[in-house]
Amino acid sequence: MSNKLLIRNALPTDLEAIISLDRTTPDKDKADYWQGIFEHYVVKGRADRIFLVAEKAGTVIGFIVGEVRAWEFGSPPCGWVFALAVSPDAREQGTGKQMFDEICSRLKKTGVSTVRTMANLDQKLTLSFLRSMGLRTGRYIELEKQLD
Amino acid sequence: MKLNKASLLGLIAVLELADDPEQQLSTTDIAEKYDISTHHLAKVMRNLVHKGVVQAMRGVGGGYRFAGNPNRTTLLDIIQLFETMESELDLPHWSKAADPIISELQSITNEIDDVTKAILETITLSAALKNMHLRSEAAQKAGNGK
Repeated sequence: MSNKLLIRNALPTDLEAIISLDRTTPDKDKADYWQGIFEHYVVKGRADRIFLVAEKAGTVIGFIVGEVRAWEFGSPPCGWVFALAVSPDAREQGTGKQMFDEICSRLKKTGVSTVRTMANLDQKLTLSFLRSMGLRTGRYIELEKQLD
Repeated sequence: MKLNKASLLGLIAVLELADDPEQQLSTTDIAEKYDISTHHLAKVMRNLVHKGVVQAMRGVGGGYRFAGNPNRTTLLDIIQLFETMESELDLPHWSKAADPIISELQSITNEIDDVTKAILETITLSAALKNMHLRSEAAQKAGNGK
């Protein structure tokens, strides 16, 4: 089995691996959420919905999910990356970069020229990674309030 | 946002040294390259050595070498050696009538500080250097195209 890193489209059989990888980050178990994402992004699939996994020696060690969104918040169509994870054991080996570069390449092919994402201020590692990929603070500000 | 002189000199010195961790540069080397005060830079270098960010080299030539990890050291790590990043409302005391205004302004400046810190503490020296080089290349290409 090759030890070379392979970035490929996610398959329905990757679902358990994705749920497991997601548990390695601080968020709670979201099995139902990933089931729904797989329905729309993997099973049905569209060119503007991209779910990639990083596989090494037959094991899924990372994933990245994104899509084209048009006219939300008044923005012309642009790419959005909304999920990204790399197994803690497999970090700092360029996996995240390869996945991010590939999803950007796919998004560009759909005709968009901007990629956006969001990250919690406390997610220092994620923010550092995104900065190293060339992202900077954009022109939109995320605002929120508690609903009492 | 305003960086004080020491923070700025600290960032310049550290980025210069981290760009090639094998190189040794003296205070004079850096001061001459960037046209900055040797006296001010010397104080900054002493602080950087004290905090372990750079190493003072003994022997002929001497100088300094970067001693950290450019993938782990962030711009905020350097800035915080020389100043705090908290906004200040320059009002030493105020009447009770001003409490609601001051509270709201403090809340707003805290919000700004949180975002400022989040940006500075997630830009590593490596990321800053990479962007610097990309800018230089782009400027050079633009210059050659004329």
